[in-house]
Amino acid sequence: MSNVLILPIIIPLLTGMVMIFFRRRIRLQQWLTVVSMLLTIGISIVIIQQISHQGILVLDVGGWQAPYGISLVGDMLSALLVLVATFISLICTLFAFGSTDNDHKVHFVYPYILLLLCGVNGSFLTGDIFNLFVFFEVMLISSYVLLALGGKKIQLRESIKYVIINVISSTLFVIAIAYLYSITGTLNMAHLSERIATIGQDGLLTTVSLLFLTVFALKSGLFLFFWLPSSYSAPPPAIAALFAALLTKVGIYAIMRTFTLIFYHQPEITHTIILCMATITMILGALGAISHWQIKKILAYNVVVAVGFILFGVGMATLDSLTGALFYLLNDMLAKALIFILGGAIISIFGTDKLRNFSGLILFRPSLGWLFFIASLALAGVPPLSGFVGKVIILKEGVQEGHLIMSVIGIITSLLVLYSVMKIFIHSFWGETLLIEGEQKATGTNALLPGYILVTLIIGMGLGAEWVLSYVEQAAEVMTNPSIYIDAVFKRNS
Amino acid sequence: METFITIISGILFSVGTYLILNKNLLRIILGITIFSHATHLMLLSINGLKKGAAPLLGENATSYTDPVPQALILTSIVISFALTAFLLVLGYRTYMELGTDNMKHLRGNSHE
Repeated sequence: MSNVLILPIIIPLLTGMVMIFFRRRIRLQQWLTVVSMLLTIGISIVIIQQISHQGILVLDVGGWQAPYGISLVGDMLSALLVLVATFISLICTLFAFGSTDNDHKVHFVYPYILLLLCGVNGSFLTGDIFNLFVFFEVMLISSYVLLALGGKKIQLRESIKYVIINVISSTLFVIAIAYLYSITGTLNMAHLSERIATIGQDGLLTTVSLLFLTVFALKSGLFLFFWLPSSYSAPPPAIAALFAALLTKVGIYAIMRTFTLIFYHQPEITHTIILCMATITMILGALGAISHWQIKKILAYNVVVAVGFILFGVGMATLDSLTGALFYLLNDMLAKALIFILGGAIISIFGTDKLRNFSGLILFRPSLGWLFFIASLALAGVPPLSGFVGKVIILKEGVQEGHLIMSVIGIITSLLVLYSVMKIFIHSFWGETLLIEGEQKATGTNALLPGYILVTLIIGMGLGAEWVLSYVEQAAEVMTNPSIYIDAVFKRNS
Repeated sequence: METFITIISGILFSVGTYLILNKNLLRIILGITIFSHATHLMLLSINGLKKGAAPLLGENATSYTDPVPQALILTSIVISFALTAFLLVLGYRTYMELGTDNMKHLRGNSHE
């Protein structure tokens, strides 16, 4: 029993709720947001330390023993994701201080960011599949509001589609849970895993697992990503960065959790399908990224490519490939937040996102240019940066497991990703300087502080990969051996 | 009785799907509502409708009805209620801003 697990969920929730009462006190709201996020970061570091020393933490909410009550389960996978997610929210909020207009700030943008964080952290920490659905909804409802906030034409148009698609996929999620409950008679994930191991994963359960895969694929943008590029290019840059770094990652987490803990008995069906979807996602995402000439669209397609690559690691489901996938997932959250923030700053300087209208920013904003260059290298996985380690582990495992074609596609798509972001870099920073001081739409300086912090972290994570990997390996160990998770939830041998 | 509920839920699913595939925004929203009602009916029938006494109200009965699906339905109804309200407001606002409720005209690029 450890009450510390509830804190990353409840701190953002309570702060967000309290802040709704101070609508016009924007300065106060900003302080409250930063303080509560720093507090959450501190607590998640404590959680990670406790897990690495004592093993998985479990909290039976309300004192009801698993499987009768809802339990919160903090294993290394969830704890690492909680830490990075909260950190990204903090950085994006810092960027939002300068980049969003006053209208946003008065209309509860900070409370909704905190409620979104509450949903994200809750999804990572819960050990009950219906509770996962509820936290998904908390996250999605906040994201609907954040997407539509501002009420521009493009935002309204895209939020309608985003909301409809997500509502339908949530309904499918409930249907899948209903089938699963009628077959197994339980909702606790550890209990589900145990029951399915006893009764065997027959055709019916595999079908249900594929329904879950469809739902999570819609949420994470794996293969079913047709809604993603246009919705992620609608909101203001700070919100887009938050979405790109967090929302699809929750879907990836859900796939990782369900297909390593619950439905791992029929890998020749489910995992093969995941691998096929991942390959197609990588190819289509890369084609989208190189074919567009708008910064927002290029970056949104880069999100899709990364989803495919991470799921390539998850689909192989070996200890090493899961380590690589989780490491790359953590790196990708940082890198995507960074590139979206910098891309947003470039767009705000030029006042347009059409690449052909850009030129010569390097004389004007040299630091922004160098930050963007490092971010592009990090996205593609160039050695001293953190993207490299994850990619190497996944590709090595891919070759060893005999997925040669997929590994080649993985390498080619990372080159195409590099090409697509370099295209942005060359068009916006090289060439003749068209702007003169005072003529630009915005200074873009508010992106520098978040940019420096994220670049430091990305370099640090690349150089200190050994140290980070020791935590990531602990997470992968639980994923390949579900009995550790189950024993922790039911408090056996401890 | 379960068979009857299952058939009704199936009919609602097909009606909902038909409406969602429509181009009119309001019909899509109504379709989503019907779709979620169908899900709730399915949840209700999935573990049998009334197999025994109400749980927790006494220890004499030989069998009890499973309370979990009902708890799930309640949660799901609240969520879909809130989402329908939000969708209606969003749809109305979109109609006022963009002057159309036809999804074909909401495809994009023309407003950018």
